[in-house]
Amino acid sequence: MNVIPVPGTLDHRTIDGLLDQVALLGEERSLFDARRLRWIDPSGMVGLLTAGAVTAQKQGAIPRLEVPESTEVRGYLSRMGFFNSAQEVFEIEGQRGRDSNGDSDVLLEVTSIAGNADVHDVVDRVQQRAGVILTSKLGYSVTSVVQFSVILSEVCQNIIEHAEAPGWVAAQAYNWKHRLGRFVVVISVMDLGRGFRRSLSDEHSSRYGDRWSDATALEAAFLHGLTRFSDSGRGQGIQQIRRQVRRWDGAITIRSGTARIGQVPAWDDSPPLVDGMEPFPGSQIAIVLPAKVEK
Amino acid sequence: MSEVWLDPIAIDVGEVLQRTRTSLYSHLVTRPTGRAVRMAIKTQLQGNSNRSFRRRVAISLIDLSEVVILDFSCADEVVAKLLEDSIQGESREEFFVFRGVHERHRGQVQTVLERRGLAAVAETEPNKYSLLGQRSAAEGRAWMALEDAGLVTMGQIGTVFEERDQAAVSSLIDRRLAFRSPSSGGIHALSGLVAQFF
Repeated sequence: MNVIPVPGTLDHRTIDGLLDQVALLGEERSLFDARRLRWIDPSGMVGLLTAGAVTAQKQGAIPRLEVPESTEVRGYLSRMGFFNSAQEVFEIEGQRGRDSNGDSDVLLEVTSIAGNADVHDVVDRVQQRAGVILTSKLGYSVTSVVQFSVILSEVCQNIIEHAEAPGWVAAQAYNWKHRLGRFVVVISVMDLGRGFRRSLSDEHSSRYGDRWSDATALEAAFLHGLTRFSDSGRGQGIQQIRRQVRRWDGAITIRSGTARIGQVPAWDDSPPLVDGMEPFPGSQIAIVLPAKVEK
Repeated sequence: MSEVWLDPIAIDVGEVLQRTRTSLYSHLVTRPTGRAVRMAIKTQLQGNSNRSFRRRVAISLIDLSEVVILDFSCADEVVAKLLEDSIQGESREEFFVFRGVHERHRGQVQTVLERRGLAAVAETEPNKYSLLGQRSAAEGRAWMALEDAGLVTMGQIGTVFEERDQAAVSSLIDRRLAFRSPSSGGIHALSGLVAQFF
């Protein structure tokens, strides 16, 4: 049995380490040991599901998950609807809480995205909850809920149209009191699909020759708006998400395969491009939107 | 009786959204939803066209007022591709005005039009019209002058439009952002036609 220790903090900064471990796994069945988990955000939850699903694909066996010892963390995972999806991915060991009925303070529970109806469901649910969080906690305008919903719609459609495989999305607001001194909303979207390099390969790889890689494919889509469709109206999603995230002084990163690219604001010290990570399937998108700073 | 003989068609996109196969959805999001709504709009336009055999020119008012969320994929399908299809179609000359393009939709509509090199007349606030999408500075000036005038007769063309913008006036007509009456030669702002026909 492979034992994969889940770090005490599993968020958009630490999830790559877990995914790298999974990329290197052998054929022996695995156990994800999350007993010492103390802090987890949407990237951690969606990433853990993605890691479990990829492990199952590699090993042909459902991995086991040891739930966190902390009742607070288990309760939070329940409120975020994590266990609804986790029971499809893991053999869960240990006591788990009951999942949310949707009446909690959660912005968007962990939600499976497999078709367009799921995107509509996400937009409907967020509409009802995002307004208060975006205006009162982030100080955004009343109309920002529309732009926020558009971002979610486009980022979820990315799974369906480009990955051609299922994925998950989740979002929540946090007070980053120590890290940033203000509230943030964290959105995470990950899929098990073919990733940017394979999605764009047929249309664009020849132009890049030997330089074609996960990193160049990400640059092509993220910076230049390239898409596999010949229609000039396509490929706007990521470009427009980037533009809106920049307006809100937010951060967006996309990992696909061995590379991760990002649009990094001044408050974030992440590198804009990381290459040479372990090859991991699909794409993993994280968006952090900080509260507006009054000038 | 008006000297302009146009077929007016008003389409409430919110209502179309409820009628199409996507009737369970309340927002205009995802490309398949946008495609379905565009096809439903085209079917409605085609039905109207079949009933009015003699009129070869139509003005359609596409109303987005009841749409809360409009994402880029749907804006591309319901606004940009609808316009593009119409321009490429040969059955009759169609003019479009988009109503209810409020602040929440404006960025999406502007972006998808620019991306396809198109422009459209849109009511962005009640009774306030804007030219959205890709246009030259001269087209922008000429359109604004026409918008202020509402109707520019043949005799007024030289005075209402600046001399340097005369080619832009022709371009606005070619791009179906203004309407030239075949009988009088007068140039109509589409917003004026909306006020007249709807």
